Amino acid sequence: MEAVYEWARVLYQDTGINLTFIYDSYDRNRLIDGFLMTVWLSVICLGLSVAIGVVGAWAQGARSAILRRCVAGYIEFFRNTPPLVQLYFFYFALGSIMPTTTNRFGLPEPLLDNFAWAVISLSFFAGAFNVEIFRSGIEAVPESTKEAAEALGYTRLQTYLEIVLPLAFRVCLPSLNNNLVNLVKTTTLAYAIAVPEMLYQANQIWSDSVNVPEMMTFLLIAYVFLVGVLVWGMHRWERSMRLPGFGS
Amino acid sequence: MTSPDPTWTPDQPIIQCRDVHKSFGQLEVLKGISMDLMKGDVVCVIGPSGSGKSTFIRCINALTPMDSGSIKVEGQEVNDPRLDKLALRRKVGMVFQQYNLFPHKTALENVMMAPIKVLKEDKRQVEERARALIRKVRLEGKEDSYPGELSGGQQQRVAIARSLAMRPDVMLFDEVTAALDPETVKEVLVTIRQLAEEGMTCILVTHEMGFAREVAGHIYFTDRGVIVEHGPPATFFTEAKDPRTKEFLSQIL
Ligand SMILES: Nc1ncnc2c1ncn2[C@@H]1O[C@H](COP(=O)(O)OP(=O)(O)OP(=O)(O)O)[C@@H](O)[C@H]1O
Ligand SMILES: [Mg+2]
Repeated sequence: MEAVYEWARVLYQDTGINLTFIYDSYDRNRLIDGFLMTVWLSVICLGLSVAIGVVGAWAQGARSAILRRCVAGYIEFFRNTPPLVQLYFFYFALGSIMPTTTNRFGLPEPLLDNFAWAVISLSFFAGAFNVEIFRSGIEAVPESTKEAAEALGYTRLQTYLEIVLPLAFRVCLPSLNNNLVNLVKTTTLAYAIAVPEMLYQANQIWSDSVNVPEMMTFLLIAYVFLVGVLVWGMHRWERSMRLPGFGS
Repeated sequence: MTSPDPTWTPDQPIIQCRDVHKSFGQLEVLKGISMDLMKGDVVCVIGPSGSGKSTFIRCINALTPMDSGSIKVEGQEVNDPRLDKLALRRKVGMVFQQYNLFPHKTALENVMMAPIKVLKEDKRQVEERARALIRKVRLEGKEDSYPGELSGGQQQRVAIARSLAMRPDVMLFDEVTAALDPETVKEVLVTIRQLAEEGMTCILVTHEMGFAREVAGHIYFTDRGVIVEHGPPATFFTEAKDPRTKEFLSQIL
């Protein structure tokens, strides 16, 4: 490791390319924290947005018209507004009217911190698309397949769980992948409300060391890597779920 | 198997249809269909496209709710808002034109699923029975193939085995060979004929006149929602009286 640090130091002296996040342990730790924060934020939002998608798609097929309209309204709202504005709305508008608690010093403290607001905002944002994605998958399951299950004595719920969901899931995996990749990229917006994720930490570093081009390059490479890992994992999963002679 | 109607005995019709009516919006598709089947009867329903054949047999297992009239399966009234659908559907198996197998399950799993999920039967026993059924439809070795890996005729035989796994008393076949190419039609018909010979009660909607003539005990000709004419095949094909029957037969034979 020391050799790598030394190499970065020499690189800076020789060329002026300043990779502080390699040779400087303080910067290095900041960036590692930021990277882990981005991963953590992504993982939580991925999970929540998929859950929102499944529940929302189910609610869209519900009998209650009110429920269906609520879901439709939710989707419209999140699809037709910029995610950054949504994030600001959650953090500044909703955050300001939320009740506060007092911390151990007796000072008021918001119930939800900026990380929590980022999770909520980003999950609902990606969730809105996931609802549509899951719904299209559910609609792709032929009526006749459901009828065959019904003719065998399956109840509606059994048909939904045993036949419709497993098939719908396979149909929508490719679009789900796209949306989840988008979500990972969108987590950079959390920077705007000072969640210490990768972009935020990089910004801290370049403010201190004035090495903007280096940090920008690093960011791009880091996201190529992160998204690459996600895409690779999802493709493997897609392949393992693929059915001979079914779907595309 | 227990029947919800304890007064029904096997010497009464296993299926009794009386004046069955069904409309889709303005279109009256069934205009009073009546038909009786005794246990072990094999009947064919023939008729031009759109005459309501599918609608009729779908009324029998309540996939399509009828508007009025009565269908009793082993004494159980189908036209009843409190219908016990599960009880009905374990008595009546159905095979569709498009096979409709579950594409995410292997052939064996397709056959095993309903008895396990719906009847909550023991998995080991079901598997034994399912393997025997796959042998019966002559698909030994295809147990682990997915529907997408099977030919149409093979898929249709899996679909038949899947229905039989529920141990139904009556089988409904809705143009099960219509989507198959001529060479594979035969392998499916062989399976159905075997079932008929074993005494399974069957209602077959079919365009295969040669097959109908061979296996059916009785043939019903439907047109525009009514049974125009019916009779045993020996007389039906040669002594049709109604001009509509004659015209249909002249086109198809
Ligand atoms: N779910 C439905 N909604 C509206 N109309 C329907 C529905 N199902 C069937 N029909 C109509 O009812 C009529 C009879 O249809 P059915 O499928 O019973 O005919 P069929 O005799 O089985 O014809 P084919 O030989 O083409 O299968 C047709 O005109 C069809 O368009
Ligand atoms: Mg039909």
